[in-house]
Amino acid sequence: MDAPLLKVTGLKRYFDVSPPWLNRVIERKPRRLLKAVDGVSFAVARGKTFSLVGESGCGKSTVAKCILGLHGMTEGVITFDGVEVEDTASRIAMLPIRRRLQMIFQDPYASLNPRWKVRSIVAEPIRAFGQVQEREAVLHQVGELLRSVGLTPADAEKYPHEFSGGQRQRISIARALASRADFIACDEPTSALDVSVQAQILNLMKDLQEEFGLTYLLISHNLAVVRHMSDSIGVMYLGRLVEVRHGEALFEDPRHPYTRLLLNTIPSLEIIGQDRTPLAGEVPSPIDPPAGCHFHPRCPHANQRCREETPELLRVPAGAVACHAAQEARI
Amino acid sequence: MTEPREALLDIRNLRVEFPTRRGTLCAIDDVSLTIGEGEILGVVGESGAGKSLTGSAVIGLLPEPGRIVQGEIHLSGRRIDGLSDEEMRRIRGKEIGAIFQDPLTSLNPLYSIAYQLVETIRTHLDLTAKQARKRALDLLQEVGIPAAEERMDGYPHEFSGGMRQRVVIALALAAHPRLIIADEPTTALDVSIQAQIIAVLKRLCREHHASVMLITHDMGVIAEAADRVAVMYAGRIAETGPVEEVIRRARHPYTYGLMGSIPQLKTPAERLSQIDGAMPRLTEMPDGCAFHPRCPRAVDRCRAQRPPIEVVAAGHDVACWLFESAPKPGARI
Amino acid sequence: MTGAGGVSARRRTLRNMGRRLFDSDLWYSFRASPVAVSAAIVAVLILAAVACAPWLTQDPFDLTTVDIMDASKPPAWAEGGSWQYPLGSDDQGRSVLSTILYGTRISMMVGVLSVLFAMVLGVTLGLIAGFAGGGLEILIMRLADIQLSFPAILVALLIDGIARIVLPHDLHEALTLYVLIFAIGISSWVHYARTVRALTLVERNKEYVQAAWLVGTPPTSILVRHILPNVLGPVLVLATLGLATAIISEATLSFLGVGLPPTQPSLGTLIRIGNEFLFSGQWWMTIFPGAALILVALSVNLLGDWLRDALNPKLR
Repeated sequence: MDAPLLKVTGLKRYFDVSPPWLNRVIERKPRRLLKAVDGVSFAVARGKTFSLVGESGCGKSTVAKCILGLHGMTEGVITFDGVEVEDTASRIAMLPIRRRLQMIFQDPYASLNPRWKVRSIVAEPIRAFGQVQEREAVLHQVGELLRSVGLTPADAEKYPHEFSGGQRQRISIARALASRADFIACDEPTSALDVSVQAQILNLMKDLQEEFGLTYLLISHNLAVVRHMSDSIGVMYLGRLVEVRHGEALFEDPRHPYTRLLLNTIPSLEIIGQDRTPLAGEVPSPIDPPAGCHFHPRCPHANQRCREETPELLRVPAGAVACHAAQEARI
Repeated sequence: MTEPREALLDIRNLRVEFPTRRGTLCAIDDVSLTIGEGEILGVVGESGAGKSLTGSAVIGLLPEPGRIVQGEIHLSGRRIDGLSDEEMRRIRGKEIGAIFQDPLTSLNPLYSIAYQLVETIRTHLDLTAKQARKRALDLLQEVGIPAAEERMDGYPHEFSGGMRQRVVIALALAAHPRLIIADEPTTALDVSIQAQIIAVLKRLCREHHASVMLITHDMGVIAEAADRVAVMYAGRIAETGPVEEVIRRARHPYTYGLMGSIPQLKTPAERLSQIDGAMPRLTEMPDGCAFHPRCPRAVDRCRAQRPPIEVVAAGHDVACWLFESAPKPGARI
Repeated sequence: MTGAGGVSARRRTLRNMGRRLFDSDLWYSFRASPVAVSAAIVAVLILAAVACAPWLTQDPFDLTTVDIMDASKPPAWAEGGSWQYPLGSDDQGRSVLSTILYGTRISMMVGVLSVLFAMVLGVTLGLIAGFAGGGLEILIMRLADIQLSFPAILVALLIDGIARIVLPHDLHEALTLYVLIFAIGISSWVHYARTVRALTLVERNKEYVQAAWLVGTPPTSILVRHILPNVLGPVLVLATLGLATAIISEATLSFLGVGLPPTQPSLGTLIRIGNEFLFSGQWWMTIFPGAALILVALSVNLLGDWLRDALNPKLR
């Protein structure tokens, strides 16, 4: 079995949201930590797509940013292609690894510098990693990259505001490919796009994956998109991974109550006019999550153990689940 | 039109234009819709299709410098598109309620929930302060705010997004309007909350006998909540019909392509069918049918003449020259 | 690119830029606003007159050209006046029109240079504060807060006073202009710094900056090449409005006697000197420089107002 391209172990990212020091001393207020990511571990195989799914506030974007080095980690080990990615190493030392890890962002309007021409935007990684130097060669490569994402080399002379949302995402993809990255984190790449454009971008991403052997970490809240794109899926809730499954297992045999909730509440074209009674309750704040299993206030199967003890990820067919009820075969 | 009963809302040949320095843009081009009593009509389309503007036109809140230049809007038989600001103000809230996308900006952050509800109620209904407060409490309980009596004097920022949207629904229904315009009511909410809000909306509108114009880009929401749906493209209506008909047996190539490009949870496809290109900008509208540059079935007539609305089946209309034959199922569009 | 190709490429780029400018919403909004167009015309006329001053009239501060026999003549249309001195002459026999032209030139020079100085200083500190955060940001912002608690004029007076004490007299005479530019600039950098810091905080979190990090761009490069171009818009508005303030500040200082001396006067100095003759009936020596000052400040202010509205995306 091939070693995975990316391995994440025990990733934690806490934000200190305590009141200012003076308030803490005078009013005796305690320190408060926002545990955005609270111990996440997974592996991504080469050339495959691993998706992180969950609602807002679950920490999936933060995981991606920690892997790419945009945030520091509070704790955790990240191994890329066998090499441990050092959080504290100098910028120069990290460059060879950084070159291979790139990202596509959610907002097509904020992800391109509005004052730069497309030519400069796509050329920046090429120049930064020193692969090609002469102006002509760089321009030629920019043209090739634009072509591979479905645009034309002439588009390089335009500014981002002259393009639609879908086209801007294509430019972002071209930029991510420009450094010859083989691992691309995609943070909600199609959420801000219209449905018909979404289909174009998703098809493009799949084509590029095949052509260049790319590995994707896909972050999304849309389970249908995730099912269409992924080889493995991890479901996150309030900073923790509650279920990780490979292939179709998540959809055919969901084990965690939250996964089942998600699958049931997504409005779908296949169930027309259905009157569902959706599960009540809202996602609690990550600053004061419930003790034990974070999901227990909303879970129909919660018992005393769920309120006290944090469940561990335990093996099930084609993956793992963190749920006492599943482990005790109560559901 | 195919709606036999007297419609609650009747939009006929509406045309909305925006004069700009680059010429006059036509944002809504000859759109006709009807909504019956107690019916939920979905108006679906992608960004720029004109669906939100249609809702704004009905409620009389077209953004400057938009103008209705042609067509009529009738509410319960009474013409409302040419009314003065004062008359429209009386209609808003009392006969037409509105729910917008962002619950954060729909509620005034400086006033308590109870205050805003009571103010709306007393503006349109002749009740004392005490009666109005009781009514506000009833409404909050109806929309499912837990511990409503204790929380109703709280401020919007003390509620979560889903709760705020419920309050907005309560506000919209406060004066017993017969029509609700809901513009992307679930888009800003988490997935598991969206389902709750749709359920609340459906239930309340049924109980209050209110009709809804549900404007959204999310077909899944339409599938779950709407009775009929109108598909808009580039300011024009492409297809109208019962929800199941339009989703399963779409006649317009755009609708058909749209359904195919939505990834499905239950029946995954290897490749999503995609519609190449993008919706034309209002400044660059093609002649004839607005969709023809992206349509694989386009013939010369499509390029030259704009297709009229034709009846395909009971209650199912489509604007396509090739309406007699359905797009081939499974064909890549 | 070789020489010939380079020249035509540059010409093409200029033509493209020109086309983009005249096609843009900004130009359209300018043409559509009669106030902006009038203010611009007035400003351009003033600039032209000021620039051509050496050819239009003789330097009134060159003592060889002045005839003291022509002192205190009223303006041309009044009794006793002549068209040789259209706006009258002052007590030394200088034509008021020429003194205004030269004075305006000095006023504008001080205004423009002090604004440039404040802009460079303020934008740099604002960028650093917004981007670096932490202790550096606190330091810079508290400095700004402290300075804001002093009235700008007082700060300028203070610096000017220190300069007078520290520098020997004739050196100070020669350097008055630069001391003044420095003083007014120092008193106004804070507005630029605060605005730029706020804008930098917003831009810093945008995805295109994160993308630049991912590519390994060094922080100074991100600051200068990515963030700076995106924060300059509001700075331009501040600068235009600040120009009017700077001109008036300089006039105030000169009027108070601590600005430019009579040998190298600005409009403020002229007003001060002329003021002494106001009550003896020779009104033209102070009124015309005053009117010139108002005209300059007004046209700059109106242009700045138009620019601010034109660049405000919410009003479009």
